[in-house]
Amino acid sequence: MTRDGYGLEYRAGENDKSETKAKTGAMADEVIFAPLKSGRDLTVLENYRQTGGYSALEKILREQTPPGELLAAVKESGLRGRGGAGFPTGLKWTFIPRGLPTEVYLVCNSDEGEPGTFKDRDIMRKNPHQLIEGMIIAAYIMGANAGYNYIHGEIWEVYELMERAVADAEAAGYLGEDILGSGFSFRLHNHHGYGAYICGEETALLESLEGKKGQPRFKPPFPASYGLYGKPTTINNAETFACVPFIMREGAEAFAEMGKPNNGGSKIFSVSGHVEKPGNYEVPLGTPFAELLQMAGGMRNGAKLKAVIPGGSSVPVLPAEVIMQTDMDYDSLAKAGSMLGAGSVIVMDESVCMVRALMRLSYFYYEESCGQCTPCREGTGWLHKIVRRIEKGEGREEDLDLLVSVSNRIDGRTICALGAAAATPVRSFIKHFRGEFEHHIRKGECPLDKKAA
Amino acid sequence: MPETPAHLSAESLAAIDREIAKYPKGKKASAVMSALRIAQKEKGWLAAETIAFVAEYLQIPAIRAMEVATFYNMYDLKPVGKRKLCLCTNIPCALMGAEETAAALQKNLGIKWGETTPDGEWTLKEGECFGACAGAPVVIVNNEKMHENITAEKIPAFLQSLKANNGE
Repeated sequence: MTRDGYGLEYRAGENDKSETKAKTGAMADEVIFAPLKSGRDLTVLENYRQTGGYSALEKILREQTPPGELLAAVKESGLRGRGGAGFPTGLKWTFIPRGLPTEVYLVCNSDEGEPGTFKDRDIMRKNPHQLIEGMIIAAYIMGANAGYNYIHGEIWEVYELMERAVADAEAAGYLGEDILGSGFSFRLHNHHGYGAYICGEETALLESLEGKKGQPRFKPPFPASYGLYGKPTTINNAETFACVPFIMREGAEAFAEMGKPNNGGSKIFSVSGHVEKPGNYEVPLGTPFAELLQMAGGMRNGAKLKAVIPGGSSVPVLPAEVIMQTDMDYDSLAKAGSMLGAGSVIVMDESVCMVRALMRLSYFYYEESCGQCTPCREGTGWLHKIVRRIEKGEGREEDLDLLVSVSNRIDGRTICALGAAAATPVRSFIKHFRGEFEHHIRKGECPLDKKAA
Repeated sequence: MPETPAHLSAESLAAIDREIAKYPKGKKASAVMSALRIAQKEKGWLAAETIAFVAEYLQIPAIRAMEVATFYNMYDLKPVGKRKLCLCTNIPCALMGAEETAAALQKNLGIKWGETTPDGEWTLKEGECFGACAGAPVVIVNNEKMHENITAEKIPAFLQSLKANNGE
């Protein structure tokens, strides 16, 4: 029953945008999906090697490249965290104390549960060894001898695939003790999540790795000083690690030049919703949204675009006229009033009732709040309850002000960002589509229902 | 440990041991999520006794294992049917017709969210984003097998095929 277009094999048309390339002028699939162009099954280690895989790691270990040099390259590449926050990766990696007689841990966050995000799944199931190679290089740079890849609970098949990939890398001598005779050791294990959105938050993830409820920790101390089991820990998103082998092999400049200043490299955009060809599209940062939409086959059935959530459900929604003028990079989306987030582009056509859409999103945050902080635990419940009554045609005149007020009282008053993530959609939906909410309240009905009737 | 109904099979315990080996000495607790998953797979669901058994095996207080079992969505704390269907109804799936899929599932099976059919064949649950939105609407069967593009009109055939293939 599954659609074969998203299987393991590389299919021209999904990742190879050579047709659109000429039209849009954008390069596609240059970093993480590049080896897929070989047409080989990259879950097989030897196939990955034949596309140049593990050569960067081999060179580093053979030449015993000083970690400082490699770190400088990561900084120069302009790579920023691909999990949502966009923090400069090289800078993050300098926070790990060097030369302490203590274990340092490296953790990969593959717990993608942000609605609209499905890129890490594709990275792992299509090119798992590039992620593993990236993690080994990162571990070498930071002196980490143990690492964990925390994998989203709902993708069991991908977890099993990663278990095999790690075992293969171990058998080939890329993981374990004294890697390739270099004296450097790194053990990597996969940890399977079991259904908690909050574990995508890095300190909740650490708690979960320690075998506890995934409730975020107070920061500071940050994981770089007090992380897994209380040891210095670096956590990065799977896509971030998967960029590293490319940077080492092709050079920091090649990566940086692909994007825009301060927005280096390519980015995988997960495009879902009302497009002809939903899927993952790896394009240079700074690619105009209009081009990305074209790559995804344009609007489904030629419908009119209404709104786009450009970075996952937690970032502000943008109306069609704004997003159509925006480039897909950290700075441009911030300027447009939203965020790049994890690059999770949810496309909505004009048939979508924004009140109903917000009702579903509010339910999500209510369901997934870990319950630790009162403003979030109680506030998310109120947000959902109020949006639901508006949707049911039982809204009150003061409800929109109340929603904004509740949102403002959650945001900034919680240990982690889930509170802000719940508040953001509410404020942005009301800001851009206030008329639709008011219609529900005043007429007790959805304007779209009327149109359909 | 004495053999009680909560005792796990040798295979399950071996699988748990492999998980324990992933973590540093003295950090057996880190394996609790996997251990509960393995226990649930063997028993079908997690009874309090099963959770306590897992805790004892990992040498952690029973309450800590219980906290984990109640926190994460994919653990079943009461019996479920032979096939547990979990449908994502979050925005990307909803945009592609998950609400209609939900209605079709409920109508065909005659049960609502969180219910099990009287014959013990089917359980229906509403899920949150599974991270596969290009294939929306997405259904996961028995926590392991993902099915994509499950639109309402496919439901009768989909249920038939699950029955024939035992969840696969």
